Amino acid sequence: MTGAPRRIWGMMYRHLALYRRSWPRLLELAYWPVLGMCIWGFTASYLAGRMGAGAAVAVSALLGGVLLWEVCLRSQMGMAISFLEELWSRNLGHVFVSPLRPWELVAALIGMSIIRMLGGVAPAVALAWALYAFNLFAMGPVLVLFFMNLMIMGWWVALGVVSLILRHGAGAEPLAWSVLFGLTPFSAVFYPIAVLPASVRPIALALPSAHVFEGMRGVLLDGVIQWQQMLWAFGLNLVWLGLATLLFAWQFHQARVRGALLSIGE
Amino acid sequence: MNPSTNSVIEVQALTKRYDDVLAVDGLDFAAPAGATFGLLGGNGAGKTTTIAMLLGLLLPTSGSIRVLGHDMLRNRFAALARMNFSSPYISLPYRLTVRENLRVYGHLYSVRRADARISELAGELDLGALLDRPVGQLSAGQKTRVALAKALINRPELLLLDEPTASLDPDTGDLVRTWLERYRAETGCTILLASHNMAEVERLCSHVLMLKQGRVVDRGSPQDLLDRYGRDDLEEVFLDIARDRRSARGAALDQHAVPA
Repeated sequence: MTGAPRRIWGMMYRHLALYRRSWPRLLELAYWPVLGMCIWGFTASYLAGRMGAGAAVAVSALLGGVLLWEVCLRSQMGMAISFLEELWSRNLGHVFVSPLRPWELVAALIGMSIIRMLGGVAPAVALAWALYAFNLFAMGPVLVLFFMNLMIMGWWVALGVVSLILRHGAGAEPLAWSVLFGLTPFSAVFYPIAVLPASVRPIALALPSAHVFEGMRGVLLDGVIQWQQMLWAFGLNLVWLGLATLLFAWQFHQARVRGALLSIGE
Repeated sequence: MNPSTNSVIEVQALTKRYDDVLAVDGLDFAAPAGATFGLLGGNGAGKTTTIAMLLGLLLPTSGSIRVLGHDMLRNRFAALARMNFSSPYISLPYRLTVRENLRVYGHLYSVRRADARISELAGELDLGALLDRPVGQLSAGQKTRVALAKALINRPELLLLDEPTASLDPDTGDLVRTWLERYRAETGCTILLASHNMAEVERLCSHVLMLKQGRVVDRGSPQDLLDRYGRDDLEEVFLDIARDRRSARGAALDQHAVPA
């Protein structure tokens, strides 16, 4: 392996080497997704017992929402936290004077985001199947499109967070954990967009996640794949990813103007 | 010094301004191939700012930088692959072992047979017993040797060192200096060194650039400077310049100047 692939692997190896030796780190990956699945799973079971007929469908929509939202959440956190780990170790100065290009750093962060997301979501998916007989894969091949869209959304949100960290330094760290939670109400994870007040619906419609979850409910409740929702999700992701890339490129340039790459961790 | 074709670093009219602060003011210099070039000056003189611009970490306000024949403002990655950097103020990830850290940089610099190179450096810098220990568990001297190993992983043609022996005991400091002398002699590597240790500069550097408030106030070989200021060691020359005590012609500007 040479050139860009080797440099990208080098940055991923830096994170994977830590996981190889640290079981608490591995445990932490799955801790919140599994905990979330337990809480929502038992809640759904309880409600199903009270609701009677039709409850199974509502439960599957709820658990599907929980699991798919974790895909977005873990993708975003996986990428932003991998960047923060460079910042915490005050290693960015060394990284940015190596031949690693900024886009290769982003590619490595995306690689780590995928690994972290799979490490977190896979145990929760297995738990949903074992405890609540909910099989996420029953949605069929369209599930791949749901995953892809939610992962891409996680990446552009993370790229925005990384850009803000480049601009504001460690003061912007909390955004890595909080920013996507702020988008949850507008993402229509557990309810249709139509439930939202008319004034906030445009916000929901501008988010790829809202279209993915509309699509998910179409599959789970009606057995229909809503291709139009998928097209909207991909189109919006393309636009947001482009904007986030421009923001990152601009903030990276500005960090070089201000000298922030040397002092960002301090 | 005029830039020449065998200069590894060529800097012309380099300026960096942060709002109202002029950190580097019209710097001109060329570092010849195979030389050890010292960048001296007090705190805030512009040494670290200059090194950051040479590395592409910081964009100049104006001026040009060519390193190893490449324009650092347009094509810095071609030069970065052939150079390296070490500073006690930038860490390596503490939880990774020494070997893992060196492997990461072996990948980033596309080093062929990286594990063999790591073994070679471990032998030369006495890191063998430390390879499988996390960097965070090492002493300051050990960390400095690891940082040096990282800086040498790609067999750089240009090595930029920001205070390479800061906070080291005299023994470890001497080991590092001896190793740098040997490396330069064996490989012909050019070294740019920013240091506050004047004895180190006298020992290692063939050319010196004295900075003050972002400007070059004097330059030459250490012996040139000693002769010009009529001093016995570079530390006294440094104090003369820092405190405006004496001009280069030897005229006392300050009643409290220490006689030569």
